[in-house]
Amino acid sequence: MKFRVERDALADAVAWTAKSLPSRPSVPVLAGVMLRVTDGVLQVSGFDYEVSSQVSVEVQGDSDGAALVSGRLLAEITKALPAKPVDIAAVGPHLELVCGSARFTLPTMPVEDYPSLPDMPASAGTVDASVFAAAVSQVAIAAGRDETLPMMTGVRLELNGSSLAMLATDRYRLAMREIEWSPEDPDISINALVPAKTLNDTAKTLGPLGGQVTLALAHGGAGEGMIGFAGGTRRTTSRLLDGANYPPVRSLFPATHNAQARVSVSALQEVTRRVALVAERTTPILLSFSEDGLVVEAGGTEEARASEAMDATFTGEALTIGFNPQYLLDGLNGLGAPTAVLSFVDAFKPAVLSPANDDGEIITGYRYLIMPIRVTR
Amino acid sequence: MGRSQAVGRGGDPRFGADADDTGCPMLHVDMDAFYPSVEIRRRPALRGQPVIVGGLGNRGVVSSASYEARAFGVRSAMPMTRARALCPHAVYLSPDFEAYTAASRAVMQILRDTTPLVEPLSLDEAFLDVSGARRLLGRPAEIAAQIRARVAGELGLTCTVGVAPTKFLAKLGSTRGKPDGLMVIPAAQVLDFLHPLPVAALWGVGERSAESLQRIGLRTVGDLAQAPISLLRTAVGEAAAAHLHELSWGRDPRGVQPEHVDKSIGAEVTFDTDLGDPGEIRKTILALSGKVAARLRAAGHAGRTISIKIRRADFQTLNRSRTLGSPTDVAREIFDTAWALYAAMPHTGPLRLVGVRVEGLVDGATAARQPELGAPQHGWREAETVIDAVAARFGGAVIRPASLLGGGDQARTENPT
Repeated sequence: MKFRVERDALADAVAWTAKSLPSRPSVPVLAGVMLRVTDGVLQVSGFDYEVSSQVSVEVQGDSDGAALVSGRLLAEITKALPAKPVDIAAVGPHLELVCGSARFTLPTMPVEDYPSLPDMPASAGTVDASVFAAAVSQVAIAAGRDETLPMMTGVRLELNGSSLAMLATDRYRLAMREIEWSPEDPDISINALVPAKTLNDTAKTLGPLGGQVTLALAHGGAGEGMIGFAGGTRRTTSRLLDGANYPPVRSLFPATHNAQARVSVSALQEVTRRVALVAERTTPILLSFSEDGLVVEAGGTEEARASEAMDATFTGEALTIGFNPQYLLDGLNGLGAPTAVLSFVDAFKPAVLSPANDDGEIITGYRYLIMPIRVTR
Repeated sequence: MGRSQAVGRGGDPRFGADADDTGCPMLHVDMDAFYPSVEIRRRPALRGQPVIVGGLGNRGVVSSASYEARAFGVRSAMPMTRARALCPHAVYLSPDFEAYTAASRAVMQILRDTTPLVEPLSLDEAFLDVSGARRLLGRPAEIAAQIRARVAGELGLTCTVGVAPTKFLAKLGSTRGKPDGLMVIPAAQVLDFLHPLPVAALWGVGERSAESLQRIGLRTVGDLAQAPISLLRTAVGEAAAAHLHELSWGRDPRGVQPEHVDKSIGAEVTFDTDLGDPGEIRKTILALSGKVAARLRAAGHAGRTISIKIRRADFQTLNRSRTLGSPTDVAREIFDTAWALYAAMPHTGPLRLVGVRVEGLVDGATAARQPELGAPQHGWREAETVIDAVAARFGGAVIRPASLLGGGDQARTENPT
């Protein structure tokens, strides 16, 4: 194997693939990235049995072949290289890398020990890359991080015709985003539970590339339990989580509301961040809504206290409700709109955050549900 | 109790009741063979006989033994089977915690009559700081004598009191003065007293540390005091080295903490025969969760971290814990978490012991609770509060989870926690 490649293209490709490598691999070869050159195309791949990632880079190939080297080391080296063409060649058990006056010799691992990457499942349809990336970032934030509750660590994709819904919850808040996509089969109806971290990393990579993202999802048969994403020259596959018993979370959204408030997203973010400084990790911030506006408070009788009043338009009976400040901030950050509409049933039932335009008109497609903290005072 | 072997009985007149107690404001009051003494008090026929209190099942351990039984080598925490081999003719009794708690309350009341600065360590021992009681009640040794007289006269029980400049030394004094004794460790003679003792007499030196210290040639507290700290560090680690060095020079800055603050509340059981049936293990965890939750609510606490402990038949012990989003005192939530933690443990064979514990305690009344989405406004917590009220009125097990109803319960011993 011998080829010449642009420094930036190589560094990007290696950095992305190496990011998903396991930090403590079960077998040493999984700490490697595979470099394979065929007909002037370099494929850089990484795999940890859960997630595979692969990126193609055009190169000047002198001879085809493959080599497996430590992903982390190669990522660090390529990041530090000068902006000059990089010459890479497999020489016996080593990889020679020359860039300008810098020369590296890296040990390689046996290519034949490396597991073969799973095939991409068949394409189920395509979605605009930037829309997809924005939607994922709005939803993945609500997924759980507790590995002992695996179902909560996933984002549920519901593909129904041309509607693509994403849902995630950690049992305390729930985010839901509905976007349009172009399915191969207009009558498609599939659900899939994708690990939130993988989905988020993937969306962050594919979004800026623009164009379309292909969603590849096996519908029975080969590749079942697997999802693939492809955009530009990059593709990722991930094992799906078992979502067969995913709770019917859509029904948690209250059908009606008794009170509604409209506030500026940036103002509420700012006030919440400031007031929450005195809230301990498990103590709530209190939002008191009335015709006069909104007062945000935190702290106890014996600890530090903070309060701040701000503008809000409110309809309904005056109400004080407590939230985990981080959950509220996550929801506000996800709105992506100038105004937040908060809809309440009462102080004990889940509240809904919806984005709205400057005139306070709700923008449909995204909702964030948050369970209040019960406050004793 | 456990230190008596390391410290031994002293008869040295330098440390008697008449020794100079100037600068000795700390008292350690330790009841003598408390559980057996309470039993003997209500059954005087037992006086003079070896009496052993503890779990009587075949996996029980000795909680406490009378001095007559100790003469046969019976010690607390010893397996009951061994006690029976050493002292077959002793009177064996199951613990009656209600009686001990009542007796303990009476003892603590006498101590609080002396000074509000009382720090109970357990049912049968407490520290007192009498530096403020001097004018009212006399010198520390006189106060100690008054306490001993009142406990004997009003309660028919004996205790031993250590009087010393620091808590640690007061405790050593009471250990050394046992039983029915009074020992003063004068400020001027602290090092004379301390340095000949074996290292195991120091607080924080267990069997393991004692071994590591002896391996580097440190047998007595005096050896340890003279040793460079760097040497101690290699044997017992950084934190313990500094702590032991201070103690070895009689320095112990801790004051008496009148409010005993719980750090965690837990319950565990040892099975009389190893338990393999997952259904039974589940029931046990359910029962323990209920017990812990009731104790939390009774004490007005709630905690965020749920931990579970199992001990396998081969004595391998595993602990797992998970921290919740907000504190709980609800049996249902404790159980759900404890069961999930248990289910995620590697399973190999039957269990000898199971324990459930809640840590990171906060005030239960003001604790903010983050319920799950869709949780009803009146949920398990409200139901369990009602159960508490019913139990308070009609006794312990009137309302229980359905799976805990009925007889045929596994024989088990609840461990003291």
